[in-house]
Amino acid sequence: MRRFLTAKGLLGAALVIAMVLVAIAAPLVIPADYGTRMTMTARLRPPSELHWLGTDQLGRDLFYRVMLGARTSLGIAGAAVLMSLILGLPIGMAAGFYRGGIDNALMRLVDTLLSFPVLLLALTISAMLGPSIPNAIIAIGVAFTPFLARIVRGEALRVTQMPYVEAARAAGATDLNLILRHVAPNVMPPIIVQATISLAFAVLAEASLSFLGLGTQPPQSSWGLMIQASRDYLDVAPWTGLVPGAAVAITVLGLNMSGDILRDVFDPRTR
Amino acid sequence: MSSTAGPLLARQDDTRRPLVAIDDLKVEFKTDGGTIVAVDGVSFSINPGETVCLVGESGSGKSVTSLSLMRLVEFGGGRISAGKLKFASRTGDSVDLAEASQDFMRELRGNQIGMIFQEPMTSLNPVFTIERQLVDGLKAHRGLKGNEARARALELLRGVRVPEPERRLKQYPHELSGGMRQRVVIAMAMACEPRLLIADEPTTALDVTIQAEILALIDRLKRENHMSVLFVTHDMAVVAQMADRVVVMYRGKIVEEGDVATIFENPQADYTRMLLAAVPKLGEMRGTIAPAPMRRIGDSVTAGLSVSSSRPEPRRLLEVKNLTTRYPVRGGILRRVVANVHAVEDMSFSINVGQTFSLVGESGCGKSSCGRSILRLVEPQSGEIWLNGREIRGLGQTDLREARRDMQTVFQDPFASLNPLRRLRDQVAEPLINFGLASKSEIADRVAELFDRVDLPRSFLNRYPHELSGGQRQRVAIARAIAPHPSLIIADEAVSALDVSVQAQVLNLLAELQADLGLSFLFISHDMAVVERISHYVGVMYLGRLVEFGPRPAVFDDARHPYTQALMAAVPVADPRRRRIHEAPSAKPLASPIFPLGHKPAPSIYNEVTRGHFVLRDN
Repeated sequence: MRRFLTAKGLLGAALVIAMVLVAIAAPLVIPADYGTRMTMTARLRPPSELHWLGTDQLGRDLFYRVMLGARTSLGIAGAAVLMSLILGLPIGMAAGFYRGGIDNALMRLVDTLLSFPVLLLALTISAMLGPSIPNAIIAIGVAFTPFLARIVRGEALRVTQMPYVEAARAAGATDLNLILRHVAPNVMPPIIVQATISLAFAVLAEASLSFLGLGTQPPQSSWGLMIQASRDYLDVAPWTGLVPGAAVAITVLGLNMSGDILRDVFDPRTR
Repeated sequence: MSSTAGPLLARQDDTRRPLVAIDDLKVEFKTDGGTIVAVDGVSFSINPGETVCLVGESGSGKSVTSLSLMRLVEFGGGRISAGKLKFASRTGDSVDLAEASQDFMRELRGNQIGMIFQEPMTSLNPVFTIERQLVDGLKAHRGLKGNEARARALELLRGVRVPEPERRLKQYPHELSGGMRQRVVIAMAMACEPRLLIADEPTTALDVTIQAEILALIDRLKRENHMSVLFVTHDMAVVAQMADRVVVMYRGKIVEEGDVATIFENPQADYTRMLLAAVPKLGEMRGTIAPAPMRRIGDSVTAGLSVSSSRPEPRRLLEVKNLTTRYPVRGGILRRVVANVHAVEDMSFSINVGQTFSLVGESGCGKSSCGRSILRLVEPQSGEIWLNGREIRGLGQTDLREARRDMQTVFQDPFASLNPLRRLRDQVAEPLINFGLASKSEIADRVAELFDRVDLPRSFLNRYPHELSGGQRQRVAIARAIAPHPSLIIADEAVSALDVSVQAQVLNLLAELQADLGLSFLFISHDMAVVERISHYVGVMYLGRLVEFGPRPAVFDDARHPYTQALMAAVPVADPRRRRIHEAPSAKPLASPIFPLGHKPAPSIYNEVTRGHFVLRDN
């Protein structure tokens, strides 16, 4: 019984896979200068046969730019979420499993980070490190860590008190054993869902950072950068904002819809 | 009176018209795996002023049947696909509830039909006062206003014998004890003087002394108001105490129906006989010394396993001395420790090799904490725990892990005690690997042998827990517990979550393992009848202390401590000729085990009344 293969989940997965394929294939298929070639005579053109999705204020083809921007946007978002997982999982797990002093120390740290708005935190870190793609990844990754750590801790607290963990402890398991074999796998389902949702927010965060000039640097294209550039022309050329905006929206939609599938794949109860 | 009623109804036709006549009810649930028929062709009736007990094991469709009568089953994803639910309403006409609109049902629910649910903790809304919850129904169905409604609410609380009713009205559910909450739930159900009260396992979540009171209360209300009761339960002892008529269900069908005396004394269906055989009756072990296996259908009285391990001088395995465990209660802004829960208070007892020591007591008495303290899953404050000549409390983490090889656990909830994400094979192999008890090549064989040992097919080796029933899972948990050849198994309510027939099988498996492997058990349970049957020694716990302990025959046949006596008196007996709900003693609410920081409790001092039989001296 493959109950997790619902229409909604499949559509979401299809959207995500399509986006990932674009991100991988676009730079291989499309010559790099297609995204940066400026045609001053064809600025702010609406979609046409020549420019499928129109052109921006510098006469660059939006179709190519949005395709080429997929790799930067998804790459940064994916790397940032991975980073927040790498930081958040051990922090939350240690806090939830050991409780007491460790929990208190780690969670006060997390609470401090949580008290700043995510974007402000990412901005500060990014501003401190300087504008570049790796720094944007670090900034978003660190800014997202407290949310993940909180959820991991809550789940770890719950799972650690389950009788099967106590039974394993009585059966001679070491702490590391307990965490790796019993607690971590059972903590993962909500974390996977949270991670996919975070991925969606990370795409938006990258857009925001780039929008403020702290992420991707021109002339390289990213969705956020494109949205930023479009803001002065929205009244005369709305497609300049709509095209990258739609790319973000489709990715976020796909991620949200497919998050549940990922969780179910790892659960023997739904296999 | 409709002429379609069955022969049973026809007989009573001239004098009484049934209040409820369920005819060929069929209820289906649509799931991803297809349609499940939960109730299939069920017909029975309830007469005015009669208590009908709907009894069966989990999955029998008893709750679905009662929910269908309220048409609440639709809110849980079910659908009444066929059948009639005739209800004689107050106005005198007969309505088919299966066809009625939800608007009509809303008018009926809580008004002509009242309902009590199992969980008194969750069936009251935590954010409203008791008054608000009681008054709601009165306003909706009776059009009562302000003071009138309040006066009626007060009257209702008095009717269900809630002490200090004026104060209770202003309180929130969390301020009331479980028994008190269930009284409030009953008061709510009674608010509009329903013609029918549906009680779905109303005492299952309650302690035995409170259960006795609630049963007596329902019975009294029924007699005083000439109300009918549909009582849904899995517990044959409760059935024997409450029922006028009994309907036995199995897998969505009725297997037997009859008056209570006939069902208990001359059951016709094999399933009913099996069900009755599996229920131990308190007091039936009188005059015996050794524990006995649970009866199974087809066993003659003397046949079965001999579990007597009456070796002349059994060696001591576990000795607990002055064990004390406290949990801190934190409060204030700084989360400082402001008080202590005295969960286990100065407990001393011992367990012999190959014998069962049972700890009985009501919820919150500290019996689970005692078991967990011995395993050091919680850290005791003081005391000594000697296992096989080794003191457990003084061990470091590494030695403790090694020492735990000798004492394993079986927990209550078979659904929570196995990791849902690991194959059964790996879970049973875990202690073997952790303790280095088998080489890689031996493990598969050892695990397979363990599966044989607990009567599980080897085809289950590669399965996951969710594919098994509760009883099968508990067998896996037992296989895991015996894997490292322990000498002591701490079984914390190990059979409480199981159906009676499965409970009997699992208990017999434990007894078998005890006889074959010389295992000792610390059996923690609230079920006095089970404890009487399987124990060599019994300890009765109250507020963290052993109030009475000694050989099982001494404690059960010659209970000396008033608490032990009250506990025994409250246990319902699965014999309709020994009804005692009318004489139910009024249980005193449990005193709080929370004491301020500096509190120095008195030590436990015992009188030895007969050899080995100790009773706590009251100070």
